[in-house]
Amino acid sequence: MNDYSERLLADSSRRKDKSRFRPLILIVVPLIAILFQVYVPRFFPFLSYLELPLLITMHFALTRREPISSLLYGAAIGLLQDSLSNQKIGMYGIVKTLVGYFAASVGMRFDTENPILTFILGFFFYSFHQFFYWVLTRALLGQLVNFDLQQTLLFGVLNAAVALPLFRLLDKLKVTPHT
Amino acid sequence: MEFLLNRYRNLTALLVVVVAQLLLIAYQVKTSKDVPLLRLWAVTAVTPVERILEVVRRNTWGFVEDYFVLINTRSQNDKLRKEIGQLKLDNQYLRTELSTADRARALSVFQTQSPSKTLAARIIGNGTGANSKVVFVDRGSGSGVESGMAVVTPDGIVGKVVAAYPTAALVLLITDVNFGAGVISQKNRVHGTLKGQGHDGTVLVDYIQNEEKIETGEWFYTSGDDRIFPKGFPVGQVTAVRSGRNLKEIYVTPSGFQGGLEEVLIVLESVHQAIPDVEISTPGIKLIPPPPDSQENPASSQTSGLLTTDADRLKEQYKQVGEAQHHAYGQNPYTSTPPDFSKLPGLRETPAVTKPVPVVSEGPATEAVVKPKAKPALEEPVPPRSPTVLPRPKPTIPLLITDPTDADPNEPTVAAPPRREPKLDEFGQPKLPRKP
Repeated sequence: MNDYSERLLADSSRRKDKSRFRPLILIVVPLIAILFQVYVPRFFPFLSYLELPLLITMHFALTRREPISSLLYGAAIGLLQDSLSNQKIGMYGIVKTLVGYFAASVGMRFDTENPILTFILGFFFYSFHQFFYWVLTRALLGQLVNFDLQQTLLFGVLNAAVALPLFRLLDKLKVTPHT
Repeated sequence: MEFLLNRYRNLTALLVVVVAQLLLIAYQVKTSKDVPLLRLWAVTAVTPVERILEVVRRNTWGFVEDYFVLINTRSQNDKLRKEIGQLKLDNQYLRTELSTADRARALSVFQTQSPSKTLAARIIGNGTGANSKVVFVDRGSGSGVESGMAVVTPDGIVGKVVAAYPTAALVLLITDVNFGAGVISQKNRVHGTLKGQGHDGTVLVDYIQNEEKIETGEWFYTSGDDRIFPKGFPVGQVTAVRSGRNLKEIYVTPSGFQGGLEEVLIVLESVHQAIPDVEISTPGIKLIPPPPDSQENPASSQTSGLLTTDADRLKEQYKQVGEAQHHAYGQNPYTSTPPDFSKLPGLRETPAVTKPVPVVSEGPATEAVVKPKAKPALEEPVPPRSPTVLPRPKPTIPLLITDPTDADPNEPTVAAPPRREPKLDEFGQPKLPRKP
């Protein structure tokens, strides 16, 4: 194991270093992300590719490093997103539950403050989110929806690019532990 | 079991949450029912914020949007102003071109109508000198221009050629202080000398005695006395008349400069014309009316000429009456009966009083006719009589009307005898003659 791989993998001490957010931040930030998703594309349609609730879920899970709280947080955001859509409630909930869980699992093993890893995780989780949502739509709802792989990959790159500055911004809202 | 739950706590939680949501979806799909409570909470939580955002957006973004729109408006306004300026320039240019074309057409028409042989020339520059009013024209001795030739426009005289060069000629304008030309007034044929004053506004007509009658608004024409300008060209209109110590001070606005001085006519061979009778009233580009006593077609000049005076109209009426009675003027034998003019249309039947007086002299210029008192009836129809309207008094004194423009002012005119006013007494009644 070389130095770079050691830097990518979080050590046991950091694994215990769990970031915390104020409760208000935990409520307001996903609300802003959902508002952004439902409001801003009205005036700027090209911003509809941004999946900010997913990025918020990812960031929370990666920094919190607690699978249960992360999956619950993702489930809450997903259900809220479902409530404002015309789909059955639970579609986004299941997907974001899985994203939260896996992101928290990844956050326990990798140094998520690395921008390259952040970019790769952003791209991966966006693709996973879209693909799994498509699977659920076809499997549970029986809707014949096409999956545009090229568009999904492109939007994955764009969301990953947006995730870098967004995570930096959200990192400033964290409560730094004294221990 | 408890060990397994502790060991796989995270995975268990995941399974529970996912399965719960799967069951929720299954319930919705199975029952085709929604979960309104969740949606209600979500909408209630989101929409107020959305509404606030919309209000804020309208008041801020709308303002910003208007600002940018106004920025575009300002640039558009500047662009439109530039376009308007360009269009104004184009319009001015086209107007100038049109005016030039009108002047050229007027010059052409004037050349064909004027008996004098003229040569069109264009003013190409001004002469040097502080007070001199001279211009250069683009025709010189190569075109037959000689010194002393008159320079005119259809509106009036402009000046005279003082120097002819091969390709250009120097023209002394009538406004120059050294200019002089013989002029004659239109109404009373008073002769004078036109002098420039050194500015473009007015010129002075000198050497007219205070006793002579010159009115403001009267026209002056060239008299032909100076052997430069042929007789009959308009000079200008009198704007002011003042009596001096011995001579009148008559200021005339030159008519030749009214349409702008760009193209002129140089009179190569001058032919005198009669002073026109019709006053030129409209400023700008206009043509001199043809002389009324044109020798080429006198009949057409009498019939198609402008009937501007009462005498002309009355003469035309008499002529029509004669023609209606197959009376050929000037061709009947001496013993033939004259036409019955009592059937003149619009004339009241007063043959005993309004008998026409025989022609005093031959020729149209001195033809005298009797103008009956019923002259207004010729122009205006007589309203139907009513019992309350008194009949108009019959004319007792025949009024001799002579065409004032054709008559020679030096000849004594036949004037009506002075009318005696009856003497009134202290009660306003006419005095009766005392018995001897």
